[in-house]
Amino acid sequence: MFALIDCNNFYASCERVFNPILNKKPIVILSNNDGCVISRSNEAKVLGIPMGAPAFKYQSIFKKNNVYVFSSNFPLYGDISSRIMNILSSFTPNIEIYSIDEAFLKFQGFNNYDLEKYCKKIQKKVLKWTGIPVSIGVGSSKSLAKVANKICKKFPEQTNGVYIIDSNKKRLKALKWLEIESVWGIGFRNSKKLKEIKVKNAYDFTSLNDSWVRKKMTVVGLKLKKELEGESILDLEEIRAKKKAIATTRSFENTISKFKHIEERISTFAVCCAEKLRAQNSNCSSIYVFIKSNKFKKLEYQYRKGIIVTVPFSTNSNIVISKYAIIGLEKIFKSGIKYKKAGVIVMGISSDKNYQMTLFENEKTKHKKLMKTIDFIQKKEGQNKIKLANQDLKKRWKMKQEKLSFNYTTKLDEIITVK
Amino acid sequence: MKKEKLSFLIPKKENNLGQWLIDQGISAGFPSPADDFKEVRISLDKELVKNEEATFYARVSGDSMQGAGLENGDLLIIDRSIEPSNNKIAVCFIDGEFTVKRIKIESKKLYLIPENKKYSPIEINEENELIIWGIVTYVIKKL
Repeated sequence: MFALIDCNNFYASCERVFNPILNKKPIVILSNNDGCVISRSNEAKVLGIPMGAPAFKYQSIFKKNNVYVFSSNFPLYGDISSRIMNILSSFTPNIEIYSIDEAFLKFQGFNNYDLEKYCKKIQKKVLKWTGIPVSIGVGSSKSLAKVANKICKKFPEQTNGVYIIDSNKKRLKALKWLEIESVWGIGFRNSKKLKEIKVKNAYDFTSLNDSWVRKKMTVVGLKLKKELEGESILDLEEIRAKKKAIATTRSFENTISKFKHIEERISTFAVCCAEKLRAQNSNCSSIYVFIKSNKFKKLEYQYRKGIIVTVPFSTNSNIVISKYAIIGLEKIFKSGIKYKKAGVIVMGISSDKNYQMTLFENEKTKHKKLMKTIDFIQKKEGQNKIKLANQDLKKRWKMKQEKLSFNYTTKLDEIITVK
Repeated sequence: MKKEKLSFLIPKKENNLGQWLIDQGISAGFPSPADDFKEVRISLDKELVKNEEATFYARVSGDSMQGAGLENGDLLIIDRSIEPSNNKIAVCFIDGEFTVKRIKIESKKLYLIPENKKYSPIEINEENELIIWGIVTYVIKKL
């Protein structure tokens, strides 16, 4: 059996642990630079604040309903997450950390266990030790565990946050309840395709002909169908696969028009991507650069453009990635536009181990050594101590985090005080 | 008589291969009698934090627990995994703020007892919203 454990409104719950006055109050957490809503407490969901709501548009709704607004505090969320994952791994040796607030557990050889009791124990321990409420869905495949978890979330009173699909009757009932667009892995396109042939829920989907599913939705769709039928096809991915694309994108607090300023941002994003590449021992072979005007200012001239630049060799050097990103920027930059957002995405990622030499042009070997030294110094002295010359024009770019809570678990001078 | 040639064996200097890595160093003297009894140095982290996942920290503000040795500015180590019980010192959240007090259970009633005569005990009744947040296991003070 598989269990999917999902922290309820994770970021909002983290804030509540250290600030219990927020219990039962509406909370929203904003993305980097306080751009849009990325986490909501149930109370905020009830107010009709959607996921991804731009903060400036909802300012008056926040005020009117006394919504507590927070900037995202990733050092805190990351620490609480790692505590939870460690607790979870004490319950089974097979665990897949699926995201910051989700994990799959595999219960193999647990035949003599009452899984419902066991899950209640997990739930209780995580809550007691960390203060975070979790929902646990269990099924004979990962996809069914996901479905069971959806049921926990939808019916918290009836399930108390634990639901186990352990009979065919329960499975059929769950699949008939689950709308096709909410099925894990179906996606927008497929659900549209399926609705056209009157497949409304997960049960309808499992009633389709295997060969039809395979033809229209490839083997991935067929695997999903088998999973929903109760057969376990997808196993745990215990070793996290390396990322296939790495992105650093940001909205700016104020709009930028000057090339020099955009160039600085792009260079900084490029360096950030290079650092992420090195952290997973990878290189990239192409770079996507984009710039956008403010889409919410409808009256202003709208401009959005992106470009892919191919690097002649695979690289993870700050200098090279920044250089090619700027070459791309020069091609798409248009003056007179008020830019609000920009980003760098690196693609064509390959591992250090299978580094492909090219015939004519290769990276200077000096770079590898230099980057190693830079990484070493930054690890010792702190991030962003060494920069390229085109980065950071007198530190104008502090991240906007106006409503940041404290780092209660990672900084000694920010811990809670008790009277 | 033919002179016998003497050939000298000269150690190769330039070749670094095949050198032995010896951790201890080769000493000509008597080996340290302590080597067989090596232990790990005392770690306060390990001693004070029994359950890493459930341990949090707090700073004391005020003097309500002076009698128990908790003074203004002291650092508290809190273990959330410990079950609250009579006489334990706990960090609680009551009526909108964090407080540290001793738990007292008397004839089915719950009290939070300060350890300073200037303050009076708090009786918990149904109107109070009380969260027993964690149990204090150590207090660290700078002298």
